Amino acid sequence: MAKRIGTGTILLTRPPVILGAAVVGTSKEAQGPLAKELTYVFTDATAGAKTWEQAESVLHGEAVRRALDAASLRPEQVDLHLGGDLLNQCMATTFGVRALHMPLAGVYGACSTMALTLALAGVLTDSGAVRVAAASTSSHFCAAEKQFRMPLEYGGQRPPTSQWTATAAGAAVIGTEGSGPRIEAVYFGRIEDCGVTDSANMGAAMAPAACETIAGFLRDTQTQPQDYDMILTGDLGVVGTRLLLELLRSQHGLSVERVHADCGLMLYDLQSQDVHAGASGCGCSAAVVCGYILRRLREKRLRRVLFAGTGALLSGVSPLQGESVPGIAHAVLLTDGEGRR
Amino acid sequence: MDISNKEYTEMVKKASPPSRKGMNALKAFLSGGLICAIGQALGGLYRALGAQEEDADMLVTLTLIVLTAVLTALGIFDRIAKHAGAGTFVPVTGFANAVVSPAMEFASEGRVLGTAAQMFRIAGPVLVYGCALSAAYGFFYWLFR
Repeated sequence: MAKRIGTGTILLTRPPVILGAAVVGTSKEAQGPLAKELTYVFTDATAGAKTWEQAESVLHGEAVRRALDAASLRPEQVDLHLGGDLLNQCMATTFGVRALHMPLAGVYGACSTMALTLALAGVLTDSGAVRVAAASTSSHFCAAEKQFRMPLEYGGQRPPTSQWTATAAGAAVIGTEGSGPRIEAVYFGRIEDCGVTDSANMGAAMAPAACETIAGFLRDTQTQPQDYDMILTGDLGVVGTRLLLELLRSQHGLSVERVHADCGLMLYDLQSQDVHAGASGCGCSAAVVCGYILRRLREKRLRRVLFAGTGALLSGVSPLQGESVPGIAHAVLLTDGEGRR
Repeated sequence: MDISNKEYTEMVKKASPPSRKGMNALKAFLSGGLICAIGQALGGLYRALGAQEEDADMLVTLTLIVLTAVLTALGIFDRIAKHAGAGTFVPVTGFANAVVSPAMEFASEGRVLGTAAQMFRIAGPVLVYGCALSAAYGFFYWLFR
């Protein structure tokens, strides 16, 4: 059974195993440094669909199907699917997995959704309530621009702090039996809002939440940054990463530079791919974790990764009503499954 | 977190790269100037072809609008505007793009509730306040003439 320690860390005493995972992207993601980590690439951002929302659904469904394939499981064997995305009412999730007919719990955590669904799947599997869980999320640049910003063909300029929503989906299948990377602990973050009102500077809005979640987890588990091969944040980008390192140092006396990485800085080549401050969107950390990270854990090239997925919990209307952008970060401790704690 | 919003705002300001204002202004000046020069040339052409002064001006505006609509539809306009900034936004090209781009984007929600209903979601405010101000101007002109 799970054991709660400190201010919010939950240790999973029978750490669930990640049986299979998959990442789906488009040619933009395939031009980036993580091209080899993509399970499947759609050469066209429409993914053969008529609308951007449908395109994201196709990506989402494809990632879940391929993760099930990787785990050699059928949809009927999944006790609970935890999925979410950025579109209103989690549209991409619902329509993407509609045909699979699995028990579904829609989850919204903005760009922290991969960490949130993994954490929930971990706790529910560890508790015995669920034998096999699927965790998935997606984002699509065009669908996100349409919902949150301006039409695609609108001629505007993006500020240097803005980030590029990844057109990608990631999924993982979690079970109790088998070998592979494990979820050893989870931490559900609290909302941190330091009054950032610029919705084109999401990294700045999310950095305080990432700081508190990482510091909280380290304090609860009485560990130091050097106890991890990697402390990975979701999509802080250039600006958010700078702020996170500064906050951890000034607020908690923690120096994580040597083990810190950010998915937002890994998915694209910042110099050549015109993504300004980096990647963002649910699909960003989903792609990095379900591809790059889990493969390295399977190959034992990484042993302990603290993944803190970050989300900006704004809506399409909240900035117009003068609200600041609340940040949140949920963490999962992923290990190579060798049982070192 | 032991930090005030004000302190954090300062931190954010320091950590965020600023827009390249000088370069943006220069690019806007050159591209905006070029569009105006094209307008002048078109005006000259229409007059040379026998158009009246007022008709020529109207034809120039129409040509720029149609040209923008075509470039927007072809997915070229936003790539130019990314560099031109205010240079393409301020002339009538910006207004035309602001109408055509949502009309295209929301076509997936149908011709009535998509294209037609959403067409003015960006340009709408310009029309509303433009009309309101011209009415106010007309009223004061009539009052103090």
